[in-house]
Amino acid sequence: MNSSPENLFTETPQVRRKLRQETCAKWVFASMAGLMIIPLLLILGYLVQRAWPSLSLGFLLDVPTHGMRDGGVWPAFVGTIYLVFLSLAVSAPIGILAAVYLNEYARDNWFNRIINLAVINLAGVPSIVHALFGLGAFVYAARFGCSIVSASLTLAIMTLPVIIASTREALASVPRSFREACWNVGATRWQTIRAVVLPNAISGILTGIILQVSRAAGETAPIMFTGAVFFKAVQKGAILPYSLTDQCMALSMHLFTLATQVPDVKESIPFATAVVLMGSVLLVNTAAIGLRLYLRAHKKW
Amino acid sequence: MKSKPQIEVRDLRLSYGSKEVIHGLSFDIFHHEIFGVIGPSQSGKTSLLRCINRTIDFTPDARVSGTIRVDGEDVRQTRDVHALRRRIGMVAPLPVGLPMSIYDNVAFAPRCSGLKRKDDLDAMVERCLRQAALWDEVKDRLDSLGTKLSGGQQQRLTIARALSHQPDILCLDEFSIAIDPVTTMRIEDVLRELRQEMTIILVTNLTQQARRLADRTLFLWNGEVVELDSSEVIFSDRPGRQQTYDYVNGIFG
Repeated sequence: MNSSPENLFTETPQVRRKLRQETCAKWVFASMAGLMIIPLLLILGYLVQRAWPSLSLGFLLDVPTHGMRDGGVWPAFVGTIYLVFLSLAVSAPIGILAAVYLNEYARDNWFNRIINLAVINLAGVPSIVHALFGLGAFVYAARFGCSIVSASLTLAIMTLPVIIASTREALASVPRSFREACWNVGATRWQTIRAVVLPNAISGILTGIILQVSRAAGETAPIMFTGAVFFKAVQKGAILPYSLTDQCMALSMHLFTLATQVPDVKESIPFATAVVLMGSVLLVNTAAIGLRLYLRAHKKW
Repeated sequence: MKSKPQIEVRDLRLSYGSKEVIHGLSFDIFHHEIFGVIGPSQSGKTSLLRCINRTIDFTPDARVSGTIRVDGEDVRQTRDVHALRRRIGMVAPLPVGLPMSIYDNVAFAPRCSGLKRKDDLDAMVERCLRQAALWDEVKDRLDSLGTKLSGGQQQRLTIARALSHQPDILCLDEFSIAIDPVTTMRIEDVLRELRQEMTIILVTNLTQQARRLADRTLFLWNGEVVELDSSEVIFSDRPGRQQTYDYVNGIFG
């Protein structure tokens, strides 16, 4: 190559080839990333289009009528809220506390390695296996029967490992230098965690938990044997129709029922149920994104 | 300097895993002296400080043997390690403003040890910030974030925090590595005043800084003492060891 000063900035074939490769690579990566939007838009568009004749506020607030061939999804919608809320109310505290132990206190010994292994393997258990476990453990052994409690606990066990993993990640993202600065002035580990680690990891922790909402709301198998039923008579628009020992309806289960078990159902009703399910999940996820944006804008370092 | 030493180090050894990084250090540090520690990186300077305030405990595979006594008390046997750390102020190489307000940064340690009254805390915060030569710059915005200060200000904030638990000993680990020369000079003035109240251990890569400040200087090399003497001798034309002369004058290392 000619490197005399007057030629330093002229384009050589090598430079042109380099630029071409660069542009090419960028477009390949960008298009792959862009492809991710297409399925989401297609799914949403298709669902809304097919569900359009049934979509209304009444559909959300009404109870199913005429053997589920007409009416709305209110009992299933409330049931899903019950299950999601209760399961996270159980798994979030346990998950956060366990993650704090694993990330802040645990030394690298056989006991903690076993815990780590358990968490990883629990995350890999298929949901149908969770369902069978829940059936054995909560419905029969603990004598909760087929109830909201059993179903929620089953969902809690399913979401627990993911909550632990995401919480650990959030805790690990707080720089170690902050912890060392606290230790240097004589703070205990707990004082350090309370004053510095948790306040700065809270956005990541909350995001991780909120993302589990969609999982708990969407899974059908774990609740099918443990607490969800095809149909439950509920007053129209009732706010708290179920007690914790009742069985309940749930959106995912309801969708499954409509699609496979009920003959001659109006075509738009299952689609509208799916829209309600996806809509509520997307709404919660949007809230998570909003929360994260808010907390990131107030990030302290 | 003829009095009883404040810190006695005897045959201190430290290894990370199977690798020994400090091979039997023994020396004394006396009350109210500025004790310089010089030496290239990897010579064990930071590890030495971490042994003294026992933050070495947080490194899982570190093994310490030998004894370190602070005011006669063996730090490795002490019952209350948090009280020990409060007797030793520690300033790390890179400034760390904790992600909380300037006020809370300084009030953190006193609060941890149970000081609650607002008046006491206010007085404490002002005293420490004044001692660290930061008060005038931040007195009108004590509630803004410590992490948003400039690097030099954050380092003085770190010093204020290290003073907030009223230590007898102040350890500075290459405190000037991330700050400008003017701020460095201001902090050096601060240290000259602080030595009236406490013992200062000054670990530094800048041999000139040790020459300016330290009463005695320890030259560490690969975890061993090369030479320990008054700074006049270490930085003279005729220190005890040729290696010292070469290092101080930049002939190697």
